[in-house]
Amino acid sequence: MNLRARPFIPCALATLLGCIAFTSAQADEVQVAVAANFTAPIQAIASDFEKDTGHKLIAAYGATGQFYTQIKNGAPFEVFLAADDSTPEKLEKEGDIVPGSRFTYAIGTLALWSAKDGYIDGTDKALLANQFKHLSIANPKAAPYGLAATQVLAKLELTDKVKNKIVEGQNITQAYQFVSTGNAELGFVALSQIYKDGKVSDGSAWIVPEAMHDPIRQDAVILKKGEHNPAAKALADYLKGPKATAIIKSYGYHL
Amino acid sequence: MPLTSADFAAIWLTLQLASLTTVILLIIGTPIALWLAHTRSRLRGPIGAIVALPLVLPPTVIGFYLLLAMGPHGYVGQFTQYLGLGTLTFSFAGLVIGSVIYSMPFVVQPLQNAFAAIGPRPLEVAATLRANPWDTFFTVVLPLARPGFITAAILGFAHTVGEFGVVLMIGGNIPDKTRVVSVQIYDHVEALEYAQAHWLAGAMVVFSFLVLLALYSSRKSHTSWS
Amino acid sequence: MTSQINLRLQHRYPGFALDLDLQLPGKGVTALYGHSGSGKTTCLRCIAGLERASQAYVQVNGHIWQDSQRNHFVPVHQRALGYIFQEASLFPHLSVRANLEFGLKRIAHQERRVDLAHATELLGITHLLTRAPHNLSGGERQRVGIARALLTSPKLLLMDEPLAALDSQRKSEILPYLQRLHAELDIPVLYVSHSQDEVARLADHIVLLNDGKVLGSGPIGETLARLDLPLARGDDAGVVIEGRVGNYNLNYQLLTLQLPGSTQHLRVTHASMAIGQPLRVKVQARDISLSLNPAEHSSILNSLRVTVVSETAADNQAHVLIRLDADGTPLLARITRYSRDQLGLRTGQLLWAQIKSVAVLA
Repeated sequence: MNLRARPFIPCALATLLGCIAFTSAQADEVQVAVAANFTAPIQAIASDFEKDTGHKLIAAYGATGQFYTQIKNGAPFEVFLAADDSTPEKLEKEGDIVPGSRFTYAIGTLALWSAKDGYIDGTDKALLANQFKHLSIANPKAAPYGLAATQVLAKLELTDKVKNKIVEGQNITQAYQFVSTGNAELGFVALSQIYKDGKVSDGSAWIVPEAMHDPIRQDAVILKKGEHNPAAKALADYLKGPKATAIIKSYGYHL
Repeated sequence: MPLTSADFAAIWLTLQLASLTTVILLIIGTPIALWLAHTRSRLRGPIGAIVALPLVLPPTVIGFYLLLAMGPHGYVGQFTQYLGLGTLTFSFAGLVIGSVIYSMPFVVQPLQNAFAAIGPRPLEVAATLRANPWDTFFTVVLPLARPGFITAAILGFAHTVGEFGVVLMIGGNIPDKTRVVSVQIYDHVEALEYAQAHWLAGAMVVFSFLVLLALYSSRKSHTSWS
Repeated sequence: MTSQINLRLQHRYPGFALDLDLQLPGKGVTALYGHSGSGKTTCLRCIAGLERASQAYVQVNGHIWQDSQRNHFVPVHQRALGYIFQEASLFPHLSVRANLEFGLKRIAHQERRVDLAHATELLGITHLLTRAPHNLSGGERQRVGIARALLTSPKLLLMDEPLAALDSQRKSEILPYLQRLHAELDIPVLYVSHSQDEVARLADHIVLLNDGKVLGSGPIGETLARLDLPLARGDDAGVVIEGRVGNYNLNYQLLTLQLPGSTQHLRVTHASMAIGQPLRVKVQARDISLSLNPAEHSSILNSLRVTVVSETAADNQAHVLIRLDADGTPLLARITRYSRDQLGLRTGQLLWAQIKSVAVLA
C-alpha cells in the first residue's frame, strides 16, 4: 500500500505545477483592483472586453486606501482602477506603476440623494431647508466623494449648520447604505450608485453641478506586476475606447 | 505626543462603551446562562444557538441587520420612534445595543460553563437549608461561579473594545458618540496616516495582551465541589 | 393522628414509574429499602420537593407539603426538613463553621431546637470548625453534612444513603453517631439504604421498595420475618430483636437480653451494660437450628421455646425457611428440606430453636 502510494505524490505534484505553469504562460488573464463605486460598470465592460479581446478579467472590489496598502505589500494586482487620482499619483511617484500608464478613466458625479420619493426636488432646496436629522457622507479623509461633499457643504455655507447631523460611512457604499435603509434622510452618494439607463432609478436626487467641488477624477494605472502582461495593456486601451466610454457614461460618470 | 485629542476621545469613548456593555451583559447574561445551564426545556438548543450566533456571524451581518432593524422602517426603530426616542442608529445607545448583542456569547458562555460546573446539587442543598432561590443565588451560586464571572467580564469588555464591524455599520463615525478606537484606526489607515495608526493599533495590541495575560494568569486550579 | 407521615406519590419517567401509598410512623427511623433503581431516592426527593411528583399528597406530622389535587406545593426551602445527600455536598467556598451556620442562620430564633454546640458535640466535629471542607476526610465531611442539616431544626430528616460513598472503615466511624442521633433526638428519619446491615442497625420501621412499588411496610422485627417478602428468602435473611438488658455476668462477660413481653432471654458476650438498657441484636436465619428437645450438654448458649408459624421455599431447592414465634418475638430459621421432613414440622408445633450466634447491633 505504502509502496504503491509513494510514486503517486510526486506525479500529482508535477501535474499540479505543470498546470500552474501552463496557465501563467498563457498570460491572457488580468488581475484588476477596482474601486467599489465602479463595480457595476466594470462588470458590464468585462463581458465586452473578454468577448472582443479573448483575455480574461479577474476583478477584486474594495476601498482605494486598502488597495494602496495591499499593493505596497505585494498584492498580485496588475491594473488598478482607483476611486481618486491622488492614490494612483502616489503610486506613480513611488515607482510602483508602469511609467506613463496613468490616465483618467472616469470622472465621478456627486449626487445628493434620498430614498424617499419627492424629498429632494432636483435642487439643493432640501439641503438648505435643513429639516433632516442625519446627512450621510463618505469619510472625507479617505473617499474623494466624501471630500467633494464637504466642499459642496462649504460652498453652500452649511458646514457648521449641519456639523452635528453628519454621519460618515467609511466609504461611498456605506454612505449609500445609510440613506437606502432610511437611517439618514439624505446623503451625498456617487451618481453611479443610483443611476441606471440615464436616470435616477430610485428615490429622489439632486445632481450636484460639477463646479461646486473639485473634479472627482478616477485614475487607472498599470502596476509593475502587469508590466509584461499583454492583457493589462489591452484592458487599459479598452477602457479608453468608445465601447467602454459609452458604458461608463451610462452609469452617470462623465469624461 | 503622537496621539491626537481625537484619538484620546476615541479611547475614552471605547472604554465607556466597553464598561457599560459589560455591566449590561453581566446583568442580562446571568439569567440567560443560568437558564441554559439548568433547563431541560426543548428551547435550550435553539436559545443556546441564538446566543452563540455572533461567534460565527461576520460582524457586518449583525451590523447590517441592526441597521435595518433600528432604522426608521425596522421594528426596533418603529418602537423607539413610538416611544419618542427617535432612531438608535448613529447614537451611543445604538452602539451599546449592538455591542451587547455582539459580545453576548463571550459573557454568556463562560457563565453558562461556570453554572453547569457547579451543577444542581449545591442549589438543592441550599434549598434544603431553607435558602430561597435569590438567597441561594447570592450566597452559593455567585461565590462558586466567581471565576466564571471574572472570565465573562474580561472577555466581554475586551471583545467590545475590539469590536469594529458592527460599529462601522451602525455608528456613522461621529466623534465622541460613535467613533471608537477600532474605527479611528481604520480611518487612519484609510487616510494613509500610518504613524498614528501604528500608535493606536500598538496600544490595542498591548491592551489585548495584558487582558489575556490577566485572564490566563488568574486561571489557577479552582476549588472543586466536594 | 398527627404524628404520622402520609404519602401518596405517583411519578413517571420514561421507563420508570413510582406509585406508592404509605402511612409511616411520625417518629423513629424508617428505612426505605430496595435495590438501586427501585425508586428509593426518587421517593425521598419527591417528599423533599426536590422533584415534583405529578400526583402527590405529602403530609408530615400535620403539615401538608404537597397536595396535587389542590395544586398545593410548598417549595423546598419552606419545608422544615433536613436532607442528607449521598455525598456530603458541603459548600466548598465556606468553612465548616460557615457551612453549619448556613442553615442555622435561616431559622428564626424561637424555632431553633438544636444549637451549634450540641450538634457539633453530637457528631464529634467540634475540633473541625475552622477547617475548609476539602481538608476533611470523607467521614468527617458527612458528619458535618448531618450536623448542618440538624441545625435547621427539621421536623423530618431525609437521609439518602449517607454512608454509601464511604468505605467500610468510615462507615463504622459514622454509624455510632447515627445511632446516637436516633437515641437522643426526637426527629423522625426516612433513611434510604440498600444495605441490610445499616437497616438492621438503625431502622425501627422498614419499607420495602421494588420497581417503584411498595412490597411491604411495617415494624422492622416483624417485616424482616415476613415470609411473603423476598428479604426472608436470601442467604442473609434474619430478624432484628430489640430487647432490654436483664442482667450482666461480669465473670463470663455475658449479657442477658430479655425478649420483649417474655420471660425467655438471649445471652450474648458483650461489654458491661446497665440493667434495663435497650439493646438491639440480629439473629440470622442460617444460625438457627431446630430441635424437638431442649438442648442439654451443649456449647450453644441460646435455646428458645418457639412455635412454628409458617414455612416457605428458600432461594434454593435444598432449603426451606421456617417462621417461628418466641412469645411474640418473630424468628426465622433456614433449615434443609431434609431436616424439615425428618422433624415432621407442622404449623403450631412446639420446638426449641438453638441459636448459634447472636450479633449485637447496638
